[in-house]
Amino acid sequence: METRELTCINCPMGCRISVVMEGDDIISVTGNTCKRGFVYACNEVRSPVRTVTTTIKVTGGVADRVSCKTKEPVPKDKIFEVMEAINQASCKAPVAIGDVLIEDCAGTGIPVVATKAVFPA
Amino acid sequence: MKADIVIVGGGPAGLASAIAAAKEDSTLDILILERDHELGGILNQCIHNGFGLHTFNEELTGPEYAARFEEQLDGLGIRYMLDTMVLDVDSSAVTAVNSNEGVFTVECGAIVLCMGCRERPRGALNIPGLRPAGVFTAGTAQRLVNIEGYMPGREVVILGSGDIGLIMARRMTLEGAKVKAVCELMPYSGGLKRNIVQCLDDFDIPLLLSHTVIDIKGKERVTSVVIAEVDDHSKPIPGTEQEIACDTLLLSCGLIPENELSREAGVAINPATNGPVVNESFETSIPGVFACGNVLHVHDLVDYVSEESGRAGRSAARYVKNKGNGGGPVIQVKNGSGVRYTVPSTVRVNELDGDLVIRFRSGNVYKDSYIDVTFDGGSKLHRRKPIITPGEMEQVILKKEDLDPAPSEILIKITEN
Repeated sequence: METRELTCINCPMGCRISVVMEGDDIISVTGNTCKRGFVYACNEVRSPVRTVTTTIKVTGGVADRVSCKTKEPVPKDKIFEVMEAINQASCKAPVAIGDVLIEDCAGTGIPVVATKAVFPA
Repeated sequence: MKADIVIVGGGPAGLASAIAAAKEDSTLDILILERDHELGGILNQCIHNGFGLHTFNEELTGPEYAARFEEQLDGLGIRYMLDTMVLDVDSSAVTAVNSNEGVFTVECGAIVLCMGCRERPRGALNIPGLRPAGVFTAGTAQRLVNIEGYMPGREVVILGSGDIGLIMARRMTLEGAKVKAVCELMPYSGGLKRNIVQCLDDFDIPLLLSHTVIDIKGKERVTSVVIAEVDDHSKPIPGTEQEIACDTLLLSCGLIPENELSREAGVAINPATNGPVVNESFETSIPGVFACGNVLHVHDLVDYVSEESGRAGRSAARYVKNKGNGGGPVIQVKNGSGVRYTVPSTVRVNELDGDLVIRFRSGNVYKDSYIDVTFDGGSKLHRRKPIITPGEMEQVILKKEDLDPAPSEILIKITEN
């Protein structure tokens, strides 16, 4: 049995939620004051994911960097591998919002897309 | 030069007010004056996601959110001038300067002030110590990292737990810096809960509440800062000092609406917000001059800025058409115990554009308390709130029919249990 302590992010209350786990099974969820807290806690202990937002090098454009994001949230423990892959990559202007800059980022199967347009210099 | 409406600033407030004004009346000639070389304002450097949940029902990054608005400008025939700095505003003209036109004046029927806000700098914080390189406001660091592609430092302490400070704690960490601590003078954070969890807890960055920086060390470059715990009066407690080695100190200590132009023009300013006093139409004390977004009061969510600015833009369009200001009752909106300010300050019932939205902030953290709205002393609304914090803007919505007959005063206060 393992107990995980979380802070709920659904509202400013920030309930401290304790989740007791037995392997992958959730035994109990306590500390939440509403149903949204229960759902948040279950997702957060089973498969925490985050969208990574950063910038990528761009050549031949009016700017040197273009902002980008993982198109879907990636597993939380892959965040730094995703950052490393993005920092190794670069793209060429012109770039449009939504352009795929990396097809499969760091083996997550999730693409990195541009979040801003960069026109050619 | 002439225009029906001049909008000062092309950030989220300026874009939303211009679009709303054009949709209200497609014959109007609307001109946005923007001092940067692109539209979008601060959204351009806010590359994180979380924008647009209310407006578009999806989570966008700052640049994507701005683009959704920019795309609409051409179709609506809205003109804009970039690299153009407004120098002076009066009730019917705006004077600006740029490299092509020199100094020029635009005569106009209405003005919408959308200048946003700026960060409180080191000079306004009275932190003792030397003046080495390596002290930045969080927003300056955000621009350096996200737009210019430079890292301002490697070992970082952040003073202030406003949202930009929290966002930058994560951003610096992702780019390989070590964020050693976030110090907050108050016993609670001024930032959104979600940012504390996803920007600090995710990366095990300590948040030290009731702590401040009492010394900055280093001759050429910051070498360390000394932090200390503070008492109830924000005074450092002797014996609690600790020195943290670092090369960078980021400041996230509050935002101040940028009202130099408004003050010069003679617009009445609310000392609680540092923004103009406005009525239900977001019109300032000068008829035909409107204000919205962070120049009016600092928001946590851009979605609220867009919604509010839409109302301001529509009001400006109606003002140009019929100079408005018919008679009818005027309600004074007052803030009672626990409430720092309200927007708007007055309400002309006949001019209301749908329901009345009153936004406000509390002066402290209240748990399990009530928001009370009274009309001339009689209770109108008594709503339980599990938590109210200064970091999250509150609102009450009153239906137009609830204001008939109109009270002479609406009071909003927080009642503790």
